[in-house]
Amino acid sequence: MLGFSVNGKRVDLDVDPSTPLLWVIREHLGLTGTKYGCGMAQCGACTVHINGEAVRSCVAPASRASGKAVTTIEGLSPDLSNPLQRAWLEEDVPQCGYCQSGQLMSAAVLLREKPSPTDDDIDEAMTGNICRCGTYPRIRRAIHRAAEMVAKGGAQ
Amino acid sequence: MIGRKMMGENMSRPGAGTGANTGIERRNFLKFSVAASGGLLIGFRFPGISMLASAQQALATAFMPNAFVRIGTDERVTVIVNHSEMGQGVYTSLPMLLAEELDADWTKVGFEPAPVDPKYNHPAFGMQMTGGSSSVWSGLEQFRQAGAAARAMLVAAAAQQWNVDATSCRAESGAVFHGSNDKLTYGQLVGAAAKLTPPAHVQLKDPKTFKLIGKPIKRLDTPEKLNGKAVFGIDVKLLGMLTAVIARPPIFGAKMKSFDDSRARSMPGVRKIVAVPAGVAVIADSFWQAKMARDALRVEWDEGSMASFSTAQMMQDFRERAKSPGTSVRKDGDAAAALSNAAKKIEAVYEAPYLSHLMMEPLNCVVDLRADSCEVWTGSQFQTVDRANAAKVAGLPNEKVQLHTTFLGGGFGRRANPQSDFVVEAVHVAKAAGAPVKVIWTREDDMAGGWYRPAFLHAIEGGVDASGNAIGWRSRSVGQSIMTGTPFAAMMQGKDYDPASVEGIDDLPYAIPNVTVESHQAEVNVPVQWLRSVGHSHTAFAVECFVDELASLAQKDPYQFRRELLLKQPRYLGVLDLAAQKAGWDKPLPNGMGRGIAVHFAFGSYSAHVAEVSVTDGKIRVHRMVCAIDCGQYVNPGIIAAQTEGGAIFGASAALFQELTFENGRLQQTNFHTFPVMRMNECPQIETYIVENNEKPGGIGEPGVPCAAPAIANAVFAVTGKRIRRLPIRLTEAV
Ligand code: FES
Ligand code: FES
Repeated sequence: MLGFSVNGKRVDLDVDPSTPLLWVIREHLGLTGTKYGCGMAQCGACTVHINGEAVRSCVAPASRASGKAVTTIEGLSPDLSNPLQRAWLEEDVPQCGYCQSGQLMSAAVLLREKPSPTDDDIDEAMTGNICRCGTYPRIRRAIHRAAEMVAKGGAQ
Repeated sequence: MIGRKMMGENMSRPGAGTGANTGIERRNFLKFSVAASGGLLIGFRFPGISMLASAQQALATAFMPNAFVRIGTDERVTVIVNHSEMGQGVYTSLPMLLAEELDADWTKVGFEPAPVDPKYNHPAFGMQMTGGSSSVWSGLEQFRQAGAAARAMLVAAAAQQWNVDATSCRAESGAVFHGSNDKLTYGQLVGAAAKLTPPAHVQLKDPKTFKLIGKPIKRLDTPEKLNGKAVFGIDVKLLGMLTAVIARPPIFGAKMKSFDDSRARSMPGVRKIVAVPAGVAVIADSFWQAKMARDALRVEWDEGSMASFSTAQMMQDFRERAKSPGTSVRKDGDAAAALSNAAKKIEAVYEAPYLSHLMMEPLNCVVDLRADSCEVWTGSQFQTVDRANAAKVAGLPNEKVQLHTTFLGGGFGRRANPQSDFVVEAVHVAKAAGAPVKVIWTREDDMAGGWYRPAFLHAIEGGVDASGNAIGWRSRSVGQSIMTGTPFAAMMQGKDYDPASVEGIDDLPYAIPNVTVESHQAEVNVPVQWLRSVGHSHTAFAVECFVDELASLAQKDPYQFRRELLLKQPRYLGVLDLAAQKAGWDKPLPNGMGRGIAVHFAFGSYSAHVAEVSVTDGKIRVHRMVCAIDCGQYVNPGIIAAQTEGGAIFGASAALFQELTFENGRLQQTNFHTFPVMRMNECPQIETYIVENNEKPGGIGEPGVPCAAPAIANAVFAVTGKRIRRLPIRLTEAV
């Protein structure tokens, strides 16, 4: 049995603990917002948080989540109230949308650690997340916009 | 994506229908079928169908005047979209067209993917599909007329209730008004309107009165792409569904001789291991179990004739081939004579490699095969073809096969496969599985799976006279046809060359009096097909780099040199000037930086890019790209900017990083680390400027791609004085 919390809910699962967390989240927990893109920590589509830290869940064995708190895109805020989601809406960021869960999860850690990120900070935090559709310019703008929202008191 | 020209040069193209009285066919009321929601589904919702529950409630009274719109008593307007959403924004731009004519309340408008049905065929291409940057221009008439017809019926229904003349009523924002007091909402009129006969003719709006068309309306599909709710093919889940991963041949054309599954068979979760035409399928309870067992299989292959294939040798063969004349594509004047009389001449050979589409979502397909029916869920760009191919394998008539189009995590042409490879194999697996099954390709499977952008070589010779005027051009293109041998060979229109191999060279717009364009078709057993911008993805590189070389030969500025040769091409000139002006072409750049320019026409639209590049310590960095686009009348400038930016990044990724190579028949690249995509830290600042005019609408999904590579390569020349003649750009190979 493997126990951890996902988006605030406790789960106990009978899975092989060496299974990548990505597939446990997608297939056992049915949370399909977290995506598979490469399976080797190259693209960031599978990014989730474990105890607040951005993790490529495709290469993290499920055991790594044991006893910890996992947050997926579904837990970022289901009602799109997170400043990042609001900024993403305002900048109309997604194209196909497939990479965007991972982009948002990486950006969330960035904003928590650097509330007013510079372009260099954005490069550093977001370079592990590939977008094949090429939404980078809008992601950059949206991160700056979200940072402004937070600074103006839109609590996160 | 499918090249516009491949589809028939004389295809009719709907105009904007500006206020014209256009005939509309009487369509049968479409029965709204809840079967589309699939009783079996768990946790699956159709994209944009958060209104499904309410639509079902409103079922009895839903008003569906034609195949493209359904209005509920809850005021919801659902636009049924016959093109696939793969990032290019059709789930917004096509509903905008319909909602405009319907005078709908935009906040009540949603979308739903169309089922497969001839009534959803592409009006120009005669089948249900998405490609060729054609969704908006081909849907323009269809969606506007559908909206106008619905509005006319709602107005007529209201007029009847008020017992007034319909012409004295007006529609606005989801309601019909008469005088200053009478108002009935569309939801209130659903029952009455449903009893009316659709009008034979409708009046389309005067574009001057447009409220939605032409505005940067936000995309309708954004919210569900920000909270994990959007359903892509890979997310579909059915009751009792199994997952399969296939051991695929390591070499194109290799055949499975035998396999040893003694280890794999006993691994946890494994249900079945079976030979299928695509290889050996491992069917398991979950993806990871299937993948682990697949990796534990030992398969012996009969490697076949491609076992010694190498791309290095192939390109060598292409170079030899280019030395002799090819099939004539275009002949103006006498290029041979002009070249022999030229004051100065130059020859250059440009090469572009095989490319993978590399959609962010690897290929996948879900199939539920029953004795007398088959349901398929996948991100398809080719619904008609995919359904027919699935039906063939299932042994069922087409009508017994339902294909549900999910969101596509990128398409770029790969999900429009002439053989429906990823659908057909899933039906084969489903036959063996005896349960609903999802086949997932790993990234490595996807990259090695073929159907690439073909590798190409363009050998070009050009000359200028003593005053620097370009007087002769001869080009020979060598590469595989994407049409020959497919059911789409008919699109070659009896030509003895594939138009897709030379599109972008055959219409060389420059005023050069003597032009010869030739084509050599190479026969290589690597499966190839259209990739975003198709032939233009390599021809623009060759043409626009060579024009730059001619400018050097003539000792002229590359922008001014192009200008002089495009004086009779106002739309080329328009984007060229716009890009140059916005980029500040004449303003000096710091040392170590340079600008390059390129202009191209593709898919009905004109595009020009100026790239600003630096080269430091042997590393190229693109700092800024200024893009000008002329796609005629447009629907959503926000989406146009997004597609232009995305296209530039797509083209720049290929220019800077991407190449598929084969040795001993085996692909050398496996995943993003060996076939890289531009990342955030490499992404330039991109500016898009749209030309305003009233021209026929052109495409937007692909035209942003072709100019990126030549603009960057020409900028590298501006910095280093060295020419780039092979993609991806390697400074060590510059000449
Ligand atoms: S799927 Fe995990 S980083 Fe790509
Ligand atoms: S939006 Fe398509 S991959 Fe990022």
